[in-house]
This record gives sequence, C-alpha cells and structure tokens, in this order.
Amino acid sequence: MAEQFEPKITAFVCNWCTYAGADLTGTSRIKYQSNVRVIRLPCTGRIDFMMVLKAFSRGSDGVIVSGCHPNDCHYTSGNYHARRRWMVFRDLCDFVGIDLERVTFSWVSAAEGAKWAELVNDTTNKVRALGPYKEIQQLAAVGID
Amino acid sequence: MEELRNKAKELLAVGAVKVVIGYGKGTGDSRRPIFVRSAERANDLVVDAACTQNLATYLTKAEVRALGRMAIVAIPSTLRSILQLAAEKQLREENVLALGILDGKLRELATFDAIEEAVATIPDAISDADQKLIDKLTAMSVTDRRAFWAEELGRCVKCYACRSSCPMCYCERCTMDCNRPQWIPVASHAIGNLEYHMVRAMHLAGRCVQCGTCGTACPVGIPVHLLTFFAEQSVRRQFGQKGGASAKLDYAMSTFKPDDKETFIR
Repeated sequence: MAEQFEPKITAFVCNWCTYAGADLTGTSRIKYQSNVRVIRLPCTGRIDFMMVLKAFSRGSDGVIVSGCHPNDCHYTSGNYHARRRWMVFRDLCDFVGIDLERVTFSWVSAAEGAKWAELVNDTTNKVRALGPYKEIQQLAAVGID
Repeated sequence: MEELRNKAKELLAVGAVKVVIGYGKGTGDSRRPIFVRSAERANDLVVDAACTQNLATYLTKAEVRALGRMAIVAIPSTLRSILQLAAEKQLREENVLALGILDGKLRELATFDAIEEAVATIPDAISDADQKLIDKLTAMSVTDRRAFWAEELGRCVKCYACRSSCPMCYCERCTMDCNRPQWIPVASHAIGNLEYHMVRAMHLAGRCVQCGTCGTACPVGIPVHLLTFFAEQSVRRQFGQKGGASAKLDYAMSTFKPDDKETFIR
C-alpha cells in the first residue's frame, strides 16, 4: 500500500494569543497532528502576505494564519489591520489562481487550546485530501532560488 | 492645443513654472512625454486622443523636481494621481500646477481642492475591454485562472516597466530590490514573477487610480493592470474607499473599522 501523503502545514501565529493557545494545547495534553510547523511572530499585523506566498513557494501544502480575536490584540489594533489585509489578499489570491482551500485564517485565543488542536486537525485533513500543492511547487522548481 | 501651447509659453516666459511636463510627438502616431523648459519649445506640446500615459509618475522624480515648479498636462487619471500623491505627502501644492485636459478643454487647476472638485464629476470606470476581461477571468474556475496567469506571467522579463510607469510606485527602496531577505528572486522565473505581480497589486490596493499605464508600458503585453484594478476594486467593494479621490489621506489599508465584515476567518 502506498504511503499516506503527509502535508506540510506552516502556521503563522501571533505571540500573545495563538502561540499561547497552542502552548495550552500541549500543557492540556491534547493530541493533534504533527504536520504543522509553527512560526511565532509578534502580532498578526506583522504577518506580511509575502510570508504566505513564500511558505507555498518553499514547499508548504497549506498555511494557517492565526492571531488574537478582534478586540483582544496585545497592540490594540494589529489584528484589525491584518483582517483588512487578508480580505484583499484572499480576493487577489483567488484572482491569480491560488487555491484558497489551502489557506486557513483563524482567531485562537490563549485560552482556546482545544480550538487550536481542532484547527490544526481540520486543516491537515483538508490539505491531505487535496494532496501536495504541485501547481506552486512546480513553478518554484523551475526557477533559481 | 493652441490654448495649451499659449498657456505653457506664458507660464514659462514669466517664470511661473520652470518646466511643463506634457505630451510630444512620438514614433508614428504615438505620443511620448516631453519636458518643456523654455517658451520657444512650447510648440512641441501636443494634445489629442493618443495622449493616454499618466504623466504624474514624473512628479516624484528627483531629476524633474530639481528643475523647479512643475506644470503638468493632466488627463483625468493624472489628476487623480496628483491627489493621491498629495494625500501621501509626496507633493506640495505650491510645487505643481495642473493643466487639466477635460473633455478636450484646458483647465488650469492650481490647488488640490480645485483638482478634487474637477475629478469628482468625472466617472472613473475602467474601459469596457478591461472590464470584460476581468469578468471573464472571475467567471473561470480557479485552475483556469491559474493557467491564464501562468501563461501571461511566463512572458514577464522583469523589466519593471510596470513599476517605473506607475505614479504610485515612488518608494526609493522597493521590496523588489530588497535582498536581505530576498523576497523576490532577481531572475525572471515562474514563482518569482507571480510573487512580484502580487506584491505590486497588494501595494497598490486602495491607492490605484486605474489609469492602466502599467499595462500599456508592458513590452510583452501582459495585462498587469488587471491585477491592480482587481485589488483596487476589492478595496472599493469591501471598504468603500478609493484611491485618488481626495488630497486628504483615505488609504483603506492603513486604517480599519472594528466591524469590517469578512466570512472566512473561523
């Protein structure tokens, strides 16, 4: 039997909510799939859309972007700015043909350890079913980097 | 046309402006930008339907600014660019005089308020051909859209003509030129080209005046302007703000509303 495809998921998370939330998942001994690579950033407002594109071109099959719920931002408004950016970015991704199924946005607070586990599991299962992101990886493979 | 030439002569003769940025005769029927610095050369100025390039891009160039106060022959999109540049504090009112060409008539617009008033009445719809292509693309499946852009952007040679021709791409240090980290590969290659054009569109969302000069400038005929148009329209649709409407800053991506509505964040 062929080996099951294990997707690479890159998660860009904010330091104050989702990273702490993911930490809580661990300390609560909640098990979740190990396909996710967590990248901690100060704030969702710091997550440049280029990072998402780079994640794909460097071999990610899926991306999670997560931060504090609206009104909970450590820096007052970073997540509001991020939300606007994603609203336009998603439109544009769709327009150039980037598969939106592979990008998941979420708010996970520091108290939502279970939600983080669920988010990772759902995303991993979804991307596993979609298969490797060949379309972008092929594009990246032909180039010099 | 005579009216414009006389106006330019008068302005240059009395020294009210040091340079008139306008259109001159180019190869064949095309028009090219010219920089008229003396009254004697004012007869080189041309105004007709072939004058479509957005000249506002020269207003932020150090070489042009060094000449002194500038007058600019301005089609509606140029006027909008002037407002957007003003909003972004890239232009002072006393440094620029707009010679608006509105419905074939010359209108001298010396203040940003006057420009704002003048453009408010002009519809800023994009051309039917461009709208049709956007509609066609949005109706396609995501796979077909990817194929379309892979084909189009495959021709991109990264000459940066789209960037150079854009009045809003005035940053002295651009993400494209940044090599630590190297966001965009220098060589023209499939993924880098896609990233480049997405960055351009994202950075212009909410600031684009939809002049389409980037698309015209492209030497290999990629409709790059559709990407910026689409990003701009996304901003207009979702946030009700648009580029080039006012000299007061109204940049959608630098602000937010607590009740911005989205449907995709879980």
